[in-house]
Amino acid sequence: MKELFPAKQVMGFVFSLILTIVALLVYYTDMSFTAGMTVLLITAFIQAGLQLIVFMHAGETKDKGAIYTNIYYGVFMALITILGTLLCMIWGYV
Amino acid sequence: MDFFDRFAIPNPSPVIYASMVAIGLTVLAIIAGLTHFKKWGYLWREWLTTVDHKRIGVMYLISALLMLFRGGVDAVMLRAQLATPDAKLLDAQHYNEIFSTHGVVMILFMAMPFIIALFNFVVPLQIGARDVAFPRLNALSFWLFFMGAMLFNISFVLGGSPDAGWTSYFPLAGNQFSESVGTNYYMIAIQIAGIGTLMTGVNFMTTILKMRAPGMKLMKMPMFTWSALVANLIIVFAFPVLTVALAMGTMDRLFGTHFFSTDAGGLDMLWANLFWVWGHPEVYILILPAFGIYSEIISTFAKRNLYGYKSMVWSMVVIAGYSFLVWAHHFFTMGQGALTNSIFSITTMAIAVPTGVKIFNWLFTLWRGKIQMTVPMLYSILFIPLFTIGGVTGVMLAMSAADYQYHNTMFLVAHFHNVIIPGVVFAMLAGLTYYWPKMFGFMLNEKIGKWTAWLLSIGFVLAFFPMYITGLDGQARRMYTYSASTGFGPWNMAAFIGALIMAVGFALIVYNIYYSVRYASRDIGSDPWDARTLEWATHTPVPEYNFAITPQIDSIEPFWDAKKNGQELFKGKFEKIHMPNSSGMPFIMGCIFFAWGFSFVFSIWIPLIITTIGIFVCLALRSFEVDHGHYITVDEIEETETKLRGAN
Repeated sequence: MKELFPAKQVMGFVFSLILTIVALLVYYTDMSFTAGMTVLLITAFIQAGLQLIVFMHAGETKDKGAIYTNIYYGVFMALITILGTLLCMIWGYV
Repeated sequence: MDFFDRFAIPNPSPVIYASMVAIGLTVLAIIAGLTHFKKWGYLWREWLTTVDHKRIGVMYLISALLMLFRGGVDAVMLRAQLATPDAKLLDAQHYNEIFSTHGVVMILFMAMPFIIALFNFVVPLQIGARDVAFPRLNALSFWLFFMGAMLFNISFVLGGSPDAGWTSYFPLAGNQFSESVGTNYYMIAIQIAGIGTLMTGVNFMTTILKMRAPGMKLMKMPMFTWSALVANLIIVFAFPVLTVALAMGTMDRLFGTHFFSTDAGGLDMLWANLFWVWGHPEVYILILPAFGIYSEIISTFAKRNLYGYKSMVWSMVVIAGYSFLVWAHHFFTMGQGALTNSIFSITTMAIAVPTGVKIFNWLFTLWRGKIQMTVPMLYSILFIPLFTIGGVTGVMLAMSAADYQYHNTMFLVAHFHNVIIPGVVFAMLAGLTYYWPKMFGFMLNEKIGKWTAWLLSIGFVLAFFPMYITGLDGQARRMYTYSASTGFGPWNMAAFIGALIMAVGFALIVYNIYYSVRYASRDIGSDPWDARTLEWATHTPVPEYNFAITPQIDSIEPFWDAKKNGQELFKGKFEKIHMPNSSGMPFIMGCIFFAWGFSFVFSIWIPLIITTIGIFVCLALRSFEVDHGHYITVDEIEETETKLRGAN
């Protein structure tokens, strides 16, 4: 029976519930804007990674390389877009 | 009657009313023709419901050619208005509408479907696949693109065309300055077509990564397939930004949000920023497949393998990366500081390096080749010097300090036409001529084709090189007229004559198709160009299943090696082939999307809600549908193969 029990998925589910509760704390407690945003960003990214790896089986087939390359490239592009936009819209005016 | 007032044209003119009549008559003629020749069933069974990548490719091609002529007519009108100082042919409003639609139509509804047509027709054949990874999704991509394009094209007879430029910058594109529904058309029609393109990106990446014939490693793929892979990768990462920007723009215009407004916390420049985060990668989505086409053609007609295969691949990968790092060079003058501009200046200039590598590789491929000057080769040879001039002016524009002089002048207009026309348009016409025999079983006339290539090149030089001069002298783009004292008159007259010569060139393409349909030989075999890659290894016309036996690959140019060294491509015997079923669902969904978009443009809420539900019903039906496709039996394959061999 032990090998049939999806321990990894159950643990993943519990962990994602914990992440959700931590994120909700931002709403229910009185945090500063910076602290709140930090908590939200960190929990959001861990949550997204959890979904991709545990529940969408990103690393479980022989396409692992292609899938992770795409994800890393996507993250890189998102960061470039956000940082570049901040540079053009806010930081670049000093 | 208040309800119908919204459909009226805000700035009517006799030309537009004449167009309305012409559109009505054309629709009637098509309906009457289909009924008279009893072709409705044929149309539905063979085309509207098809999921075959070759047919979808042909439909993309026809749409692209139609849009080329629509955008071309716009261009001639623009040049005619500017041909003489203080001309009265078009007023400012019509001029604005025409340059806006010219840009959108040419980039999104001509160049994009043209390259996607070639992806569709060529890529599965080049990698030895039976179809794309998701054939029905592919059909849906086409119908979403087509309905988006049609929605955009009816704007000038229903409600008014967009008039804020193809870039549609806010706050000009906001409700305050663009009161008609024109910009709604822009936001929603491009959204619908863009979703289709995004799905094409996913589809072709999966196809190329997963469905290559056994033995075809990534570094053994033909160059066009490589360019398609890289371009689709850019599509997947760039188009979501456009989707989001258009959604925010739609909400600003229809629901009173303040993303891009100048007050209430909005930031109008953010639109320009997001637009170019998508827009710059977009030009590489267009040019990389063009490079791929040139690589195929130059190698075929120089009778040599492509020089520097690995550096060709790596330069495309590097260009794909750089394409996301340069967007701010479109708005150097917006006011950000010297540091920001310097960063984007340097990344922009750096792109010239991998592009230069490609140019040199083509030259080295030509060097000591046995060059056959066919029409596709002629386009490729004309492309190299003309495109290089465009590239060099691009480096000039990349210098942010100098850009303050060039920005928003005709110099810029000359530059981007100089890269897009010899780069993309020539590649597409070369690709069209090159793949035409595979698509339709006869070749286009070489003599008329050469006339076309020379007329387009001479017309191009005459039309756009004067703009470099007037641009440096200060002629602003998008201005509908100028006074005689500026001295721009003779240059613009030259440009108008150039545009007319190009128009003759494009008309010759139509004549060439007509002439070749009537007179060209049908006895051309399956490899009329003596080509090198796998798409020429199958029969003409290509059977539904592409290859009766999946080819075994062990070189970059498998078909050439099979011809010259006698390597066996097709080993084994026939087995039954699994093929996808046709489906009417993509077409129906496309139609619902059209109605959805139309209701959205005119803010007619009840049909909008109904069509939104309709879209989700289609998605749900697809989820619960059981469709295992069908098998082609060995007997049927043998019958088809015998017949096609006999025909050759």
